[in-house]
Amino acid sequence: MKKIYLDYAATTPVDKRVQKAMMPYFGSLPASRQEKFGNTMSLHSFGQEAKLALENSRAVLADLINAKPNEIIFTSSATESNNTALKGIAFASARRSPALLAGRLGEGGHIIISPIEHPCIMESSKWLKSNGFEITKIPVDKYGMVNPEDVRKAITDKTILVSVIHASNEIGTIEPIEEIGKICREEKIYFHTDASQSFGKIPIDVKKMNIDLLTASSHKIYGPKGAGLLYIREGIKLAPLLHGGGQENGLRSSTSNVSAIVGFAKAAEICQKEMRKPDKSRRHFDGSSTILPKTNLGGEQKRQEKLRDYLIKNLLKIKGSYLNGPPPARQSHSAQRLANNVNARFDFIEGEALIIQLDMRGIACSTGSACSSASLEPSHVLLAIGLRPEQAHGSLRISLGRQTTKKDIDYLLKVLPKIIKQLRDISPYGKK
Amino acid sequence: MAKNNNVCGGLYTSKVMETFKNPHNFGKIKNPDGTGKVGNIVCGDVMHLYIKVGRNKKNQDIIKDVRFETFGCVAAISTSSIITDMAKGKTINRALKITKDNVIKSLGGLPKIKYHCSVLAVDALTEAIFDYLTKNKMPISEEFKKRHEIIKKSEEIINERYKKWEN
Ligand code: FES
Repeated sequence: MKKIYLDYAATTPVDKRVQKAMMPYFGSLPASRQEKFGNTMSLHSFGQEAKLALENSRAVLADLINAKPNEIIFTSSATESNNTALKGIAFASARRSPALLAGRLGEGGHIIISPIEHPCIMESSKWLKSNGFEITKIPVDKYGMVNPEDVRKAITDKTILVSVIHASNEIGTIEPIEEIGKICREEKIYFHTDASQSFGKIPIDVKKMNIDLLTASSHKIYGPKGAGLLYIREGIKLAPLLHGGGQENGLRSSTSNVSAIVGFAKAAEICQKEMRKPDKSRRHFDGSSTILPKTNLGGEQKRQEKLRDYLIKNLLKIKGSYLNGPPPARQSHSAQRLANNVNARFDFIEGEALIIQLDMRGIACSTGSACSSASLEPSHVLLAIGLRPEQAHGSLRISLGRQTTKKDIDYLLKVLPKIIKQLRDISPYGKK
Repeated sequence: MAKNNNVCGGLYTSKVMETFKNPHNFGKIKNPDGTGKVGNIVCGDVMHLYIKVGRNKKNQDIIKDVRFETFGCVAAISTSSIITDMAKGKTINRALKITKDNVIKSLGGLPKIKYHCSVLAVDALTEAIFDYLTKNKMPISEEFKKRHEIIKKSEEIINERYKKWEN
């Protein structure tokens, strides 16, 4: 059976070029290239080779978001980066607070988040709340958009941090990060954004977008699992979660996962090239090059966007189907959607049954339904945009990627209506 | 490590998957003798179960035909199907003795988080029988009445939730 992967928002396969770049750092290649597997903390040449690779990767990744290398720390995942950002800022501010001396850890600390954050932000917030910090969730509209003015309104004199996801992993909404960042700057509040889904897909400039802390992940952009980064603007104090050998500027002790980090940097570099329109990038004879305006989506993203809108258009032809999240391109609305994200729901259908039916036909997607293996509650993101539980119940997330072709989409469009009919035949609802 | 025969990321047994792929006895029964409608308020899954009652040679009430309609997860559909297979041909009294563990066992197991799906199936059958007994003014034990009251409560919440979807 042909297998079609349409769950790129969950994770991506490792790009061949990335894998190749990583190989020397395992030390398993022929002798001449074995010298790169060392521990970055060792003084000998093995260690120094690894250290060099680590710092080169840091420089490459920093450059892609217009940051300085010393503003980037490597972690194991976006989850770790997000935990570090929230708890790190919370603890660092508590340290300065006299309340700590009185044993009241969180007193005086207020954090603002959106209601559509990834579970690692939601759960970290919950945990901080149980430790005395105050958490405010600002609302979103029916497309999942945050209104920056709501952020301003939520800020109190106790606010220490605002954290808003750059692009939603479930419904693809791209948030007005620059405006939120601007407000936070004006109010002198730190601003963190989880860019796990957007990094490598949308150009990011931390300076221009007023970002103080940013999370990105390797395995969402065709890099290996096990590497993430946290950008921390110079001068920001943050308490580490892991103490030990003092790696990553003392902010994240652990032996550096050099091979994964090298892969991460390579993957990001490839994405960066993809993001630019290929025809306009020019090298001049004097060696300088014209850098393209970073706001224009280039080749691969445009291609996915077209596929996405083709899919949306045809998906909505199924009776009782609706799009969750922002409308497709061209329809003039300020809410923008990630080029690779589609999220739809179908009346009278339950998500898990739908996913498994698709899987039996070789198609891999995901659901925001209840009844996932880990929890029975429907997706908090879908509830936050105003869906009722039974509407969240039958939702399907389809996320496209580099390998997705029009043929794949056509196959999905052929199979899906049949499955939906089959499940509706079993369902007690929807039979007139 | 023991070999993992479960499909779907080890979540479901192959028996669950088979049943889900080819469910038995789904659909409505015209003029059923008893109907059971149940739902779980946490996950939101819903089962409707219909029975037709007949007589065996000893002149006991038996479940002559049984069908289901389910809006729910893979386990909900599989447990619905399996319980109809189990109940068919049984006397009312025997059918009432089917437990969630019987259901789970005949599916070769269910993940813990999906145990409640089997409860839903048992409840649906129980409710259909309760409906039959009530309609025919037959004796119902206090214990059975209590059980019915409990199931009824979540059914009301579920009905409210899916009002828009009702025909
Ligand atoms: S998850 Fe609730 S019935 Fe299956």
